[in-house]
Formats: sequence, structure tokens, C-alpha cells
Amino acid sequence: MCKCDSNKDIYLPLPATLGKVQPMTNLESFFSCQLDSGKELGHMPGQFVEVSIPGIGEAPISVSSSPTRKGSFEMVIRKVGNVSQSLHGLNAGDKIFIRGPFGTSFPVDDAMKGKDIIFVCGGIGIVPVRSAIQYVLDNRDDYGRVIILFGAKTPSDRLFVEELEKWREDKNVTLLETVDHRDESWSGPEGVITTLLPLVKIDKDNTVVVICGPPIMYKFVIINLLEAKLKEDQIYLSLERNMKCGVGKCGHCQINNIYVCQDGPVFKFSDIKDIEEAL
Amino acid sequence: MTVKKLEKAAFDKWVSACITSQRVFGVQAKEDRFVFAPLANAADLRLDYDVTILPPKKYFQPPRETLLKFDRNEGFESVFDNQPFVLFGVHPYDMVAISQTDKLFSQEHCDTHYVNRREKATIVACDVQNASKDVFAGCMGTATVNDGFDILITKIDNDYLVDIRSEKGQALAETIKDAEDADDISLKLRKLVWADNAELLQKHKLNVRPDVLPKLLGRSYEHPVWKEKSERCYSCGSCNLVCPTCYCFDVRDDVEWNLQKGERYRVWDGCLLAEFAVVAGKHNFRANRADRYRHRYYRKGKYVPEKIGEVACVGCGRCITACTANIANPVEVYNKLVDEGK
Repeated sequence: MCKCDSNKDIYLPLPATLGKVQPMTNLESFFSCQLDSGKELGHMPGQFVEVSIPGIGEAPISVSSSPTRKGSFEMVIRKVGNVSQSLHGLNAGDKIFIRGPFGTSFPVDDAMKGKDIIFVCGGIGIVPVRSAIQYVLDNRDDYGRVIILFGAKTPSDRLFVEELEKWREDKNVTLLETVDHRDESWSGPEGVITTLLPLVKIDKDNTVVVICGPPIMYKFVIINLLEAKLKEDQIYLSLERNMKCGVGKCGHCQINNIYVCQDGPVFKFSDIKDIEEAL
Repeated sequence: MTVKKLEKAAFDKWVSACITSQRVFGVQAKEDRFVFAPLANAADLRLDYDVTILPPKKYFQPPRETLLKFDRNEGFESVFDNQPFVLFGVHPYDMVAISQTDKLFSQEHCDTHYVNRREKATIVACDVQNASKDVFAGCMGTATVNDGFDILITKIDNDYLVDIRSEKGQALAETIKDAEDADDISLKLRKLVWADNAELLQKHKLNVRPDVLPKLLGRSYEHPVWKEKSERCYSCGSCNLVCPTCYCFDVRDDVEWNLQKGERYRVWDGCLLAEFAVVAGKHNFRANRADRYRHRYYRKGKYVPEKIGEVACVGCGRCITACTANIANPVEVYNKLVDEGK
């Protein structure tokens, strides 16, 4: 039936060790991690891994660091399910188990090259996108302008606060931020992320946009981009579903006929705009 | 290869020999219905059955299947089930379903848990002797089958034709290798059985060729039938459970009492169940019953066909029988799409 090695197991996770573990907000913590084999994870920006804790289970988690940064890889995990809750109880030196990387990646080596890049990140959506941001910044000469739009619910929900400051100070990057609800600590803009778009001068023929955020965000951002005369194939998005097996078998992440774990999580908007369950 | 002809007594003797030498699962009566179960006596084998409650998929993808063992200190280790077995009495429509799942589990990322078990199996298929009340395999082109099995049995009057098609089949038929070959008349009669079954296994009549279904569904996404039917759906997943081509699964961990060792296993899951498309944080990407109901039809009639080139409904009719709300008849749904698409 199949010529592959009968001892090969697509469900077998490999051991890895946590490096730095650090709370970022009330809900999200930062984890760096290295495979015990000593090998690189071998991912591209936008891909995800399946993280296991024996006895608890497995969950799909975005890789948040760029493959240009060697050694360990990084994840930011919100405690929402069994696995993520347990991960939050772990410390540096603890063991976790990894399968992957899985899925498609942002076209950092193809469609994005030579272009102005606009990253549109809502909340935790910045986590997978950060991998692409780092990749682009590490190969800065290969791209045009780099514009990062980041919207958080409140100032205390902002992720990668130190990195945001670095990007803000970087002359080669434009960072625009907003929060849905301001408090005393925040003197910046208040409003949803689409309020930042009119502040960006978009070169419509020479721009690629990368979007990741909560489900509701996509429609509004895309409408704005299309009004700014961007074409559908200039827009890339990363979608979330329950990618349980990661290998296109279990059926949980299906959006109509596509498997997010295999055909995604990164999609070109023109490829999924007619897929009813996508957005 | 060869087709042998056995009288009832010789046939039973052969089945007994198989039971002695191998682990055999075969179709047997369970009250007034039928099931695949471990076969202890040739006399228990009921090749005159109409349909089994559950399809034989349970032997290739068990309802609960250990994938990995773990030790919290040492990590994970694969668990494969490599014990050979014989499956006796698989109807053609179920054989087609098995061949489809073979493709789905082996293509792209090969699932060795499934494939290893499948490759150890010897499948003895058998032509249908009695049609079940809801079968429509005749409309789906699956009333008869020409490949995938190792042996095919057809009952002709009081004799059994044993068609040996593979090396595994040959090994199983070792004890009957000297039996007489089927004569031309028997082989002609077998063709009649096939022709008859294609007609008889149509308790529901599909008004469209099955290969047109992907196209039909392509223009029926907003059809009112999805909402209409699903308004009575209990989201119980019975249609998924009994379907020979449903293979979606959930993966879970179980720890032993010492909290140190345990296993990761998979269980059957169903896209009709309310929680199927929920992600961490509780957002449900298919919260609507109508969306779940429609998704199943699209998987069978469009999405899976796009992957393997065959419609993934084999017309066994189990979903029709199993559905407590009486909304799961695929023929009714498809015919409605045909009628109202005109």
C-alpha cells in the first residue's frame, strides 16, 4: 500500500528542553526551547509545532522566532486549554515534546522580497507574525519599507514590549500601535487596528500585507486594504483552527475542503476568498 | 489467479481450518442483526447477512487505539499492532470503503498505525446474498467489487465460489488448493449474481450518477435542504459512527494511577458532534447544526473525492438506519438537490 518505513511514526513527538520561561501578560508566557537532538527546528516563519506534555496532551503552537536566529526557537503561549495551562506551570530546564514544524509559511523568500511589507497584528496574532518580522529585519536589504501595525485590547495586553520599543527606535521600521481601551499608562492612540491603516501611505503596486489576529479582525482589515487598491494576491493571512494531528488526517482543522494544518495556516487571500468557512 | 468451487461441507471445513491457523473475525448474528466479531466456529459465520451494525473499519482503525506509550521522564514510544488477522465476509461496498481509507491514511503523510495493521490483514470479501432495508450500493457502483480483497466468495445455489486474488489469499486457501476449479457455468452464474445485485441493492433510488455529485454539491452550498434537515438533528454523531468512510479522530492522553506512565490514544470522532471544530478558548468554528450537517455531505460528495477521485459514500445505508431523527438519507438529500437544481 505504501513504501514508507513501517516504524516511522508521524505522531511521535521528540524531546526538547525549555530555556527561558517568562510571563508576558496575565495570560501569555514566553518560552524558548531547544530540541534535545541538538538539531535546528528547521521551520519557516508562520509554521507551527505540536507541543506535547505526556499525560496532558498535545496542542498546536505557533513558532514565534525566526529561523535566522539559531539555536533555540521561541513560542508565546496563552493559557486557554489543558496543554497551555500545564505549560504555564513549567520552568527552564523542564522537558516538553515537539512534532513538526507543520504547515505553510509567510512568503518571506518569494512574494515578499523587494516589496514594502505591512504587518497587521491583532493581539496574540503578533506571535506567529514576529517570526516573519525578525526574518525580514535580519535580511533587511531584501525588502522595501517595513511597517508594523499592532493593536492590543489594553496596554497591559501588549506582547513583546521590549522588542516593540526596539522596532519603534529602528529607523528602518515604522511601528504604529493602538489599544482598544486606553488606561493611565497609555498616551498613544485608542481604537481598533483599522484606525491605523489610513496613517500608512501604501504603495499599492509594491506592497505585501501580512495579517494575523482574532477572526473578526480579518474582514475589516481586508476591506480597508482592498479600498486602498491592493490586490487580493498581495494579502497573506494566518488562520487558526484546531490542528490536532498536524498531518491532514484527523479532520478537526478543516475549512471546507482545505486542511489548515497542511494547506495553511498561512494563506494567500486570493486563494481562500471564495472558501465559505474561511473568514 | 484461480476460482475454486466448494460444496457447503467443504467450505465449512476450510473456514474451520482458517480459524485453527489464524486469528479470524467474521460476520455473525447478534440478536436479529449482524456484527463482525471474533469467529470461533465455522457454523457461526453468516455470509447470508444483510448488513453489519458497524462497518469493518473497526479492525483497521479501532474505536480506541493506542498510538504511543509514554513515561513522563523518558518520553514517548510508538505502539504498533502488527498481529496478522483474517476478516471474513466483507461486503463489496465495505471493501470499497476500506480501499478509500487505505488511500487517505497512506497518501502524503503515511499513518503507519493504520497501514501496518491493514497490511497484516487478509480480507475475504463476499457478494451480498440478502439486501438490507436501506442499502443503495447499486446506485453508487459499489454493489460489486473488483479489487482490494484477497479472496472473494460468491454463493451459487448451494456451492461457494472462492476467488483467490493475492498471495495472502493463496496462503489462506492453502488447504483447498486441490479443490476443483469453478466450471464455466458457475462463473457465468456468478456474473448473473453481480448483475442482479447491482439492481437489487437499490432500496433507495438515486436520480443522478454518483460521479456527478461533486459538481452537484458545487452549486448547492446555499440550498435550503441543509437547514431544513438539520433542524431535527440531535448532533449525536450516529451517522459518523456507523459510516464506513468516516475516519476523523480525536487524540487523548491517559495516565496510569502512578501518574508516571501512560498512553496517547485516538478515538473515533464525528464532525456532527457540536464540539468538533472548537479551538482552545472555546471558539466554535462550526457552531451551527446546519453547517455541520452540510460539512459531512460535502466531505463525502466533494472534498474527499477531490483527494482520492472517488465519492466517499458507498451506499451501505447504515446512516439511514442509525439516524434517530430520520434525516440522514443521502439519497433523499441528493435527489432534492437534483430536483430543485433543474
